Order: sequence, then structure tokens, then C-alpha cells
Amino acid sequence: MNKRLQSIGLALLAPAIAVVVAVLVTTVIIAAAGSSPGDFWSAMFSNPMPRIKVNIVNQTALIYISAVAAAIGFRMGLFNIGLEGQYTIASFAAASFAGAAYLSGFANVAVALLVAIVVGAAWSGIAGVLKVTRGVSEVISTIMLNAIAVTLVGYLLDKHGVHEGNTVHTKKLPKGDQVGGWAPFEPRDGQIWGLVLLAVVVGVGFWVLLNKTRFGFDLRASGQSETAARASGIDPKRMIVIAMLLSGAVAGLTWMPAYFGGAGSYGTSFQTGLGFLGLAVALLGRNTPLGMVFGAVLFAFLTAQSNTLTFKTDISPSIVQITQGVAVLAVVIAYEVVRRWRTRLEQRQVARELVAA
Amino acid sequence: MADQASSVELRDITKRFPGVIANHDVDVTIRPGTVHALIGENGAGKSTLMKILYGVQKPDEGTISVAGREVVFASPTDAIKAGVGMVFQHFMLADNLTVLENMVLGAEKLHGIGDDARAEIRRISDRFGFGLEPDVLVEKLGVAARQRLEIAKVLYRGARIIILDEPTAVLVPQEVDALFENLRELKDAGNSVLFISHKLDEVLAIADDITVMRRGTTVGTADPTTATKRELAELMVGDELPSPATEESTVTDVVELRLDGVTLTDELGRDLLSDISLRIRRGEVLGIAGVEGNGQSELVETVMGMRIPSSGTIHLGDDEVTRWHTRKLREAGIGYVPEDRHRHGLLLDSPLWENRILGHQTRPPSAKGPWINRAGARKDTQRIIDEYDVRTPGIDTAARALSGGNQQKLIVGREMSGEPRLLVASHPTRGVDVGAQAAIWGHIKQARRAGLAVLLISADLDELIGLSDTIQVILRGRMVGTYDPSTVTPQDLGAAMTGAMAS
Repeated sequence: MNKRLQSIGLALLAPAIAVVVAVLVTTVIIAAAGSSPGDFWSAMFSNPMPRIKVNIVNQTALIYISAVAAAIGFRMGLFNIGLEGQYTIASFAAASFAGAAYLSGFANVAVALLVAIVVGAAWSGIAGVLKVTRGVSEVISTIMLNAIAVTLVGYLLDKHGVHEGNTVHTKKLPKGDQVGGWAPFEPRDGQIWGLVLLAVVVGVGFWVLLNKTRFGFDLRASGQSETAARASGIDPKRMIVIAMLLSGAVAGLTWMPAYFGGAGSYGTSFQTGLGFLGLAVALLGRNTPLGMVFGAVLFAFLTAQSNTLTFKTDISPSIVQITQGVAVLAVVIAYEVVRRWRTRLEQRQVARELVAA
Repeated sequence: MADQASSVELRDITKRFPGVIANHDVDVTIRPGTVHALIGENGAGKSTLMKILYGVQKPDEGTISVAGREVVFASPTDAIKAGVGMVFQHFMLADNLTVLENMVLGAEKLHGIGDDARAEIRRISDRFGFGLEPDVLVEKLGVAARQRLEIAKVLYRGARIIILDEPTAVLVPQEVDALFENLRELKDAGNSVLFISHKLDEVLAIADDITVMRRGTTVGTADPTTATKRELAELMVGDELPSPATEESTVTDVVELRLDGVTLTDELGRDLLSDISLRIRRGEVLGIAGVEGNGQSELVETVMGMRIPSSGTIHLGDDEVTRWHTRKLREAGIGYVPEDRHRHGLLLDSPLWENRILGHQTRPPSAKGPWINRAGARKDTQRIIDEYDVRTPGIDTAARALSGGNQQKLIVGREMSGEPRLLVASHPTRGVDVGAQAAIWGHIKQARRAGLAVLLISADLDELIGLSDTIQVILRGRMVGTYDPSTVTPQDLGAAMTGAMAS
């Protein structure tokens, strides 16, 4: 029992240090820029308005799905920087399919989600195949695929999209195919999207996969020691391709709750940047299903609350990105420090128990 | 004439080391101009003590005196200044640089990097018979020459006290003799050598003084002119010296593993293995002797399906398995004790019970269909810990926290589970203490009696001769001779291993 408490304490130590460091650095920067840190923090930690509360929940879901996609790669030692491109192209494909209304109702939603999964997986699969056949680093290829995805989607949207004034978007999702949500406050405060539940499914699925299945064991083993994994009979090339496909498949779902919850088309309402937020949150949450929940909530909270800065202070909402960046940087360092400390602690325990025995 | 400059005294050294074994009350006195052997089981605290003497770690208590003056080493730099140098078991040389460049790297201030340095290297080399040419690339040097270069590096930096960490582990018997000649020259010149070894024969042959360590402390000293191997071993373990010798032959007629004309070519078209044919029967241990780097690792990786031969066939029992991959081979009943347990055998940061699953992901008791059977794996890990005497507080301890011998016992226990037909064992007792060594030998012998076929690769010729039913020698990727362990001597094998003897 005591040991369990100790290990939980150790697990929480690193993120706690990171958040404190992030707060301190942000405070210093705001002060240096000549604004009042006090105003900033009181605005940030004020009770969010109902509309923002809804927003936080929705954003948490999007960021969390993206983070799980990143974590699947990280757990295997792969840096899938291409989440951004994968969910962009997957969102476009799914929106085009759903907007075309070949199907209706539940079938349209289900198949559109499938399209998002397949397209996301295919896009990341390119990087996986390049890595195992030509030895191309997935970091390089996924970054390039990001650029290609954005350009390609821009081109296709311009060519086949619906032009309306200065803007262009995919065909609108039929009203009946929207997935209903839940409005906890007044209707004008917005709804929590129904497909936010996708994040729960993805999170639980990730946990089960990682901890309960042979595949998850192989994934973790490959990430910990490629050489040991190979000697144990894991085919590293196969694992790389599968992990990339899985990561891209989950990434493909990232924006789907927003699409079916209200956006209704791929166009100006499309939210960019979720892929990079996902990478950051995966780092913050140490690639664990539960850790990333906290990370996603924190990031969604900071992002949503930063909007209030515009009304209440003269500080730019962009300052929040510094807080987020420092938090990620600090957490990486803090985790390493805590890990070393924990290893030493454990070795000492082993020594003590063996001497006593 | 020996001078005092090379005397070392360690007094009451205690290190509450964040590891498995701490040093306590260690006393060692190294007389000037002598070879002093430090022996003990793995995990007895020798490494810790060496690190303390070389300034890598600071003792919590106790004192170190060099040449009668008390010193405190904050880093290896301090140790070198005081004249203490160390040659590690794993060489730290840059292959693509010359002998001269390796020598001056990090010591450019001593004799520059030009002709002065070259002259100094020649002087050291001639003085001690190292035979080093300053302008030869290190990649051209054999293992023994690299080791002499490492020793020369230490001397170049002005060391008078030289710590050698298991220097003979990588050498064949003839090379060991040559090394001992070098060591005698060193001590005649007034230097002291601290010689760490497992091999009691060698210790008796070269040492002037012997200190024995057990469980983190020095338990006694011995006089090599009168001490016997048995006495030393008893001091080390408080137990009888284990012998690898197998009793009666258990070889049957059933061939379990057959390689025919197996050739392995690398990307550049060079042969790593040439036309290898061998047979291992049920109940037979086939030992492969060879100087490291002559194709043993490639042979093992080929048998284990991690490399696919360019030509030739491999049969396991009646099945042709030439193109099978590792997992399928493991499922077919091959156990594998890899040569580098940290890189290939363990997930160091995972608990022991997860390490039990490694390599057995697809088989009970670790797995049930596509699921990991956590309860089954945990239960079976406990069985291995009990049967193989793995010393650990529990199955949730991370593998990293265990000592080398206990890690190896866990691996052997794991690979023996599920009654394998063939065991591929690469250096199964390397860097393992005498107690664990005896246990591992015992388990191999027992499984052999039950019909296990074993492919044994080892650098320890005594182990090979003791355990094997047949020994083959590998040299530059070819099998160059077959020997009967009951008649062959380590010297014969050594000659075949270096190609000194036409076979």
C-alpha cells in the first residue's frame, strides 16, 4: 500500500514540477513585457463562462484523440510528426464523403468515420512503408507529408468545393446527419458534441491494446529495446508499419467530433494545429491513457480561457502558447530527472531487501 | 627497482552504493612493482571498488592513499593525475583513427600530436614489448593489439598503477601468455597492476598478491605461490568449486538441428559465414569455439532466423526452417540465451514478470489467444525465481535493479520454459558469478539428459570443454576443425582458433 502511494506520488511529481515551472516562466515573461501577471492569472483562473466550459470539453476530446495517435507512435519509438497532415486529409476526405450524402443517417456517419480512419492510416502508412523499405526517417517524411497534405487538400477543395463569396468549403452535411449533442447550459452556450464519446472509446481502446494484448506488449517492447524485441521474435519492420497505420488511423478521427457536432463542412471552420497539440499532450501525459487526459484538459483549458484575456486584460492570448510550450519542455526534463531518481530508489530498495533477507 | 610511487592502500572503504551490493570495510594494499589480483564472484563489489579507485565514484567512508599520501578523487582526471589508470573490458578506441591519434586523443597537451608523441609511443612500445606502430589504423588491429594499445594509452598518460578489468576475457590462451609477458615487463619497471579476473588459473600464474572479495567486502588474501585453485574458490564463494564437466554421454541418433552449406553474405558481398554444415542430435551439446568476431554472432542470428542465409539449408527436426523468422522458430521450440543480455535479452525498465513474457508472447502461460495472460505470466515468473534461485525482492522489481548473475538466471529459466527442443546459448555464463555459473551449467546438463539439443557458443574454453559433447572451431566464418572435448586441451583449441595450426 505504502509502495503504491509512493509510486503514484512519483508519477505526479514530474507533471507538477512542469506546471509550476511553466507558470513561473510565463509570469516572468508577462512582467518583462510590461503587463500585469496578476491580471493574467486572475483572468486565466477565473471561473470559465458556460460557453467556455462547453468549449473546454469539446477541445479536450479533439486534443485527446490526437494525443493518443501520437502516443501509439511514441510507445514504439516512432515520431509521427505527421498527425497534422493525416487528420487534415482524413477530415477533408470524410467531409467530402459525408457531404455528398451517398448514405444517410447513421450509415453516413459510420462510413464517413471509416473513411477518415482509412485515409489517415493510408497517409501515415506512406511514411511507414518508406521507413522500412528505403530507410527514410519518419520524422522527415511525415513533416513533408504534412506540407503535401495541406497543399493537396487546398487544391482539391478549390477545384471541387462549394465556392461561396470569398470562401470555399465541402458540400454541407445534411442537417439530419448531424450527431446530436448535449447542452448543459443555455442553448446559446453551445453543445457538447455527441462524438466526444469517440475520445473515450479511443482512450479505453488504447489502454486495453497497450496493457492487455500481445500486440501492445510487442509495441512496448519494440519501443523499449529494438534489439531485445527482435531477439524475442518481433519483426521490427512489420511493427513499424502497423504502428504507423494505427497512429494515422486514430489521427484521422481527430476532427470528426467537431465536424459532425456542428461544423458540417470542411472549410473555414476546420481547426488546424490539433496534430501538434496532440504531440505536446502525449509528451505531457507520458503516453499513458490517463496522463494524456490530464494533459488534454490542461491544454484545452488554457486555450479556451485565453479567449477571456481579450476582454479582461491587454495581454495577447498568444502568451498561453508560451505556457504550453514551457510546460512540455519542462515535463520532458522533469520526467527524466524523476526517472533517474526513481531507478536509484528502486535499486536501493532491492539492495536493502536482499541484505535483510 | 620498485619505488614507492606505485603503492596503493585502500583502507576501510565503505560505499552505500545505490545498487545491489555495497562495499564495506574493504582493505587492499597494493605493493609497488607487483601484480595484484582482485578476485571474487560477480556482484562481490569488485566493480564498485575499481570505480572508487579510478575516481568514478566517491567512497562514503574510508581512505585511499597513493605513494603514502592520502588522496581524494573527484573524477578519473584526478586519478590519472595521481598515476592511476584503468583499462576497461570494453575497449574505448576509435577504429577509423590511427594508433597515434587514439593515443593522443584527450592528452594532446602531454607530448603534442606530432613527432614528440610518435617518439613517446615508440619508447613505451619498445620498453614493454607492445609492438605498436603509431601510424597504423586501429581497425587493422586484432583484439590483443587493441588491448596493448589501451594499456599503452594509460601509460602514455603517466599512470604508474594500472587497473585491468578482466583483461583475458577476450583473449585466446596464446594471447594471454603474451599479455602476461607484458605485465611482467610493466612491474619490472616499477609499475603496479591491479588485475581483476574470474579465472583462477590465470590469477595463480601472474599475481604476486591476491585479495579475495565476497559480498562487498575483502574476505582474505592469499599467497599465489602456495594457494590452490580450490582454496581460492572456497574463499570466493565459501563453497566448492563447480565444474562444468558432464558425466556420461546422452547423445542420441535423432538429429534436431542440421545446417547444410549455410553461407551468409553481407550487403557488400563479403562472406560472413562460408559453407557451414553441422548437426546437433537430441541430448547433444555442440560447442563452438572461436576468437570473438569470427562469425559466432552471425551463426547464432542465422539459426535464430534473425538473418536469412544467402544459400544452404537449415532443418529443425524434420522441418526445413531456412527462411523461418525468429518468432516461428521460437514457437517451434528453440530457446535462446543471447550473448548480450542487456541489449537482446531483457527489457531493463520492465518488471520481471513482463520480462518473462519476452520471447514467449505467443505461448502459454504468457498469452491466451491475442491477449496477454498476466496472471499466468506472473505465476510462472515466481516459478522461475524459485527454481532458478533468482535473488530478487519480487516479480514486480525492474530487471535493471538485479545483478548480472540474477538477470542471467532469469533469462536461462525463461528460455528453458516450455520444454524447448533446441537451446541456442551464447556465452551463457559470461560475467556471471561462480554460484550462478554452477547453477546455469546444472540446468543445461539436466535438460541435456532430458533430450535437449544445445548449440553452445562460449569464449570460456573450460566451459566449452566441460559441457560439450563435440567442439567445432570457427575461424573467419568457416568451420576449421572438430574436436573431442575429452582429449582436446585449451592450447590446441587456441591454436585452431587463431589459425596457427593447419587443421
